[in-house]
Amino acid sequence: MSLILEKIDHVVNGATHIDNVSLELAPGSFNVLLGRTLAGKTTLMRLMAGLERPTHGRILMNGHDVTGVPVRKRNVSMVYQQFINYPSLTVYENIASPLRLAGVEAREIDRRVRETAEMLHMEALLERYPQELSGGQQQRTAMGRALVKDAEVILFDEPLVNLDYKLREEFREELRELFKTRKAIAVYATTEPNEALALGGHTALLHEGKLLQYGRTEDVYHRPQNILSAEMFSEPPINVLPGMVSGSEVTFDRRVHFSLTDDLKRLAPGQYQFGVRASHITLGPQSPDDLGLPVSVDLAEISGSETFLHVHNDLFDLVVHLAGVHEFAVDQEITVYLPPHKMYAFDREGAVVHIPPHLEGA
Amino acid sequence: MAEITLKSLAHTYVAKPQSPQDYAIREMTHVWHQGGAYALLGPSGCGKSTLLNIISGLLEPSEGEVLFDGQVVNALPPEARNIAQVFQFPVIYDTMTVYDNLAFPLRNVNTPEQRVRERVTEVADVLELGALLKQKAKNLTADEKQKVSMGRGLVRDDVSAILFDEPLTVIDPQLKWKLRRKLKEIHQRFGITMVYVTHDQLEASTFADKIAVMYEGQVVQFGTPRELFEVPAHTFVGYFIGSPGMNFLEVTVRGRDLYSGDTRIPLDEGLVSAAARSGSNNIKLGIRPEFIDVMHEPGAETLEVEVNRVQDLGTYSIVSCHLGQTPLKVRVEEGQHVEGPRCHVRFVPERVGLYVDEYRVELGQ
Amino acid sequence: MNKVRNNHAWWLILPMLLLVAFSAIIPLMTVVNYSVQDVFDPYTRFFTGTEWFQVMLNDPALQAALLRQFAFSLTILAIEVPLGIGIALIMPKQGWQASAVLILVTLPLLIPWNVVGSIWQIFTRGDIGLMGWGLRELGYGYNITRSPADAWATIVLMDVWHWTPLIALLCYSGLRAIPEAYYQAARIDRASKWAVFRFIQLPKLTNVLVIGILLRFMHSFMIYAEPFVLTGGGPGSSTTFLSQSLTTMAIGQQDLGPSAAFSLIYFLIILLVSWVFYTAIMHRQKDPTTQGER
Repeated sequence: MSLILEKIDHVVNGATHIDNVSLELAPGSFNVLLGRTLAGKTTLMRLMAGLERPTHGRILMNGHDVTGVPVRKRNVSMVYQQFINYPSLTVYENIASPLRLAGVEAREIDRRVRETAEMLHMEALLERYPQELSGGQQQRTAMGRALVKDAEVILFDEPLVNLDYKLREEFREELRELFKTRKAIAVYATTEPNEALALGGHTALLHEGKLLQYGRTEDVYHRPQNILSAEMFSEPPINVLPGMVSGSEVTFDRRVHFSLTDDLKRLAPGQYQFGVRASHITLGPQSPDDLGLPVSVDLAEISGSETFLHVHNDLFDLVVHLAGVHEFAVDQEITVYLPPHKMYAFDREGAVVHIPPHLEGA
Repeated sequence: MAEITLKSLAHTYVAKPQSPQDYAIREMTHVWHQGGAYALLGPSGCGKSTLLNIISGLLEPSEGEVLFDGQVVNALPPEARNIAQVFQFPVIYDTMTVYDNLAFPLRNVNTPEQRVRERVTEVADVLELGALLKQKAKNLTADEKQKVSMGRGLVRDDVSAILFDEPLTVIDPQLKWKLRRKLKEIHQRFGITMVYVTHDQLEASTFADKIAVMYEGQVVQFGTPRELFEVPAHTFVGYFIGSPGMNFLEVTVRGRDLYSGDTRIPLDEGLVSAAARSGSNNIKLGIRPEFIDVMHEPGAETLEVEVNRVQDLGTYSIVSCHLGQTPLKVRVEEGQHVEGPRCHVRFVPERVGLYVDEYRVELGQ
Repeated sequence: MNKVRNNHAWWLILPMLLLVAFSAIIPLMTVVNYSVQDVFDPYTRFFTGTEWFQVMLNDPALQAALLRQFAFSLTILAIEVPLGIGIALIMPKQGWQASAVLILVTLPLLIPWNVVGSIWQIFTRGDIGLMGWGLRELGYGYNITRSPADAWATIVLMDVWHWTPLIALLCYSGLRAIPEAYYQAARIDRASKWAVFRFIQLPKLTNVLVIGILLRFMHSFMIYAEPFVLTGGGPGSSTTFLSQSLTTMAIGQQDLGPSAAFSLIYFLIILLVSWVFYTAIMHRQKDPTTQGER
């Protein structure tokens, strides 16, 4: 089962919601749609489901054109942000409902409901009603309904946003386990880069209705094609420094400069934007090439096991991502180190022209 | 200015409590010092909101005492306690201007207009609301509204503590860190005791000097963000703080060694004897994913694990593996490659914690 | 191409158009039709243009009824709105008392208009009515068939009794919708009860009050059954309101043309006042610079 979108446009009242998107999802693949709010994730999913009809372009499922086929006649299921269940039905009946609608025989229904419940660790809760469940369990029930009917395409529209972060961690892991053995195509929309990374599989970056990049999740992350991809697929966002390359050195704002390292030598002289991941900036030099920058601390955000350090000097605002808990006072003066050999370089149009050598072709 | 003391405090919503489960807050004693930045952190239903309401005076505790600077205030209503509170959803007076909103608490006690103007101008300045003073509060953005409600606490000279109840819930993610910074700045400048209630570890750790982690009505640890990360005092803290949380291995004492299933865990002798002395059958070892090393070759202190999955999270990877029956998560930094199906790990000895009946046992105790 | 396809969509609103036509346009057009003709009998009619409108606008009896009508509507609004808010404020917020009070308050709303008239007619009778008898016993010569002031006051009282519960109910629901945090914040800010009312409760009630006042205005402007049963419009014409004048003219005297013109004028007045009122309030709410005084 493959799903192919061919040059899809979706225009509503003159506003383009999806702009010329072509995408080919392989059978059994797990795909993440990553983009900010209003990037077009939900619209794209609705198009895949057949809830909307594209203005232009074709949708092919297993080689058949299904562009005009309504959702009822496609074998898809969808899980939403809100926990949507039938309040008057038990968990068992909720999960069984798609099968009952399809007229599956009673014994088969029972077998599949129990099998699905077991996968989702809901066996003990089958006789409960949705309002007697916690948020996480309600969402499991909704997922059960989506999973029970061997759909060819299963769509998840930010299913975890309303759960707290410990539950999200558990869910992500289970979800990946669930899909290891399924033949269905999974599509999962999220706004969080870290969620895309945790889910793995393939990632499609969406921005303002356009597809920026699609590929294996690690590839998209490590080898962004342009600055927008790099910014969108990083949390905290990648630091961008405008710089000037001359014959022998790189200069940031005429003041900070360093000699061209071997791998940066092929950059033609001119203006570039350099990207440094927050996690690559360190508090001590890691190699003799590292570029020390005196900065003052805006805020150290601590997330339990990690620290996001917001710093600035009169040229840049930077975010530094450190492992472990580090305490800093507001306005404390420190030096941070930028590693030139881990920098990305983008040209003036934003296209990537240099990827750190350790990631190239990996 | 005040020091807040909770003395043998407990609260129940049940008329005749029978068991500890009947308590929303189980007995606790804490001192919150003047000028400190504190956070109450815990999942929903842990009792943190109950505790906040007891401190603010909206709820009278069923047992124990709340003291402000040594004065028992159990029965005092919020208006008599000199505290201010910022709520989850911005509470502002819609029909008033920003200026009138900020002036409101002062005018309510008939402060001379001259003084009102001084205070409002000063506070608006700190909160960067100066340009908005003449606007209707109703038309502000969520973060500005939250600043206004904070400002209403700051204008008063007599406010001794500001309580925050998940104040950033409705704020745009991009603006959150700016508001967090503002909070810290205000704390440093005004020296007011601040108590921040949240379920979010990032907010708690970023804001507070000391965090009270609550679980089932109890404060299971009261410590700095670093302590919560490095030496969690309770298994819940280990699990709740950090993503992924701490690994726990159930172990049994056999002779002079600790075993997880049939695997001997090489450990410091002091730890083993502490475990043996406890006599409990609920003994766990806690080790954070950050403090497990992956080795290429087996060595003296290594353990062989079965690798299930390697998640590349960009900056680092999380290796999910099994030590016998126990799942383990190991964090490996970017650039280090782990290949399955089996590999060797080593627990950094000084980072292993011993947990007896869910609480950490400090060696030498 | 697109245009042709779009035109098909118009057929979809045809049922709606038909419905509106039957419910509003056709009856209204009949009235418009009569208002510009002089009908002698089914076969004889003359076109009169705006003549009936001029006659009606210049009719002193109708002018008086119109003034009386405004005076009545404003009087009952001035009493019912503050009273309704007051009742809503003191109604219990929870427990069985809340349900009990809610039912008690709602009771008058469930009684049909003409029954209300009959109830009050008996209630105010000097011989057997509790109120009429009581007032006379207290030494006040209460008589709604003789004293215009008594009749007027009684009708106002009856309307207040009948309809204040509506305002109270609307306000009660409005008050219930205010999150507890607002009251907590106000306590922490040491706001007085009056300040809580003025700056929290009243602003949050604005929307329901707009609906309440509009409903009550339109309602009271069309009041008919109660005064008709209670006083029959008298003594004299002291309690004859617009709708009664109209009915007398159309049904009693069969003056179809003038009463049709009058109906239209009546309709336009209600429409105009409601529109002015609504836009004024909505506009004030949107305007960020005005002070929320009221």
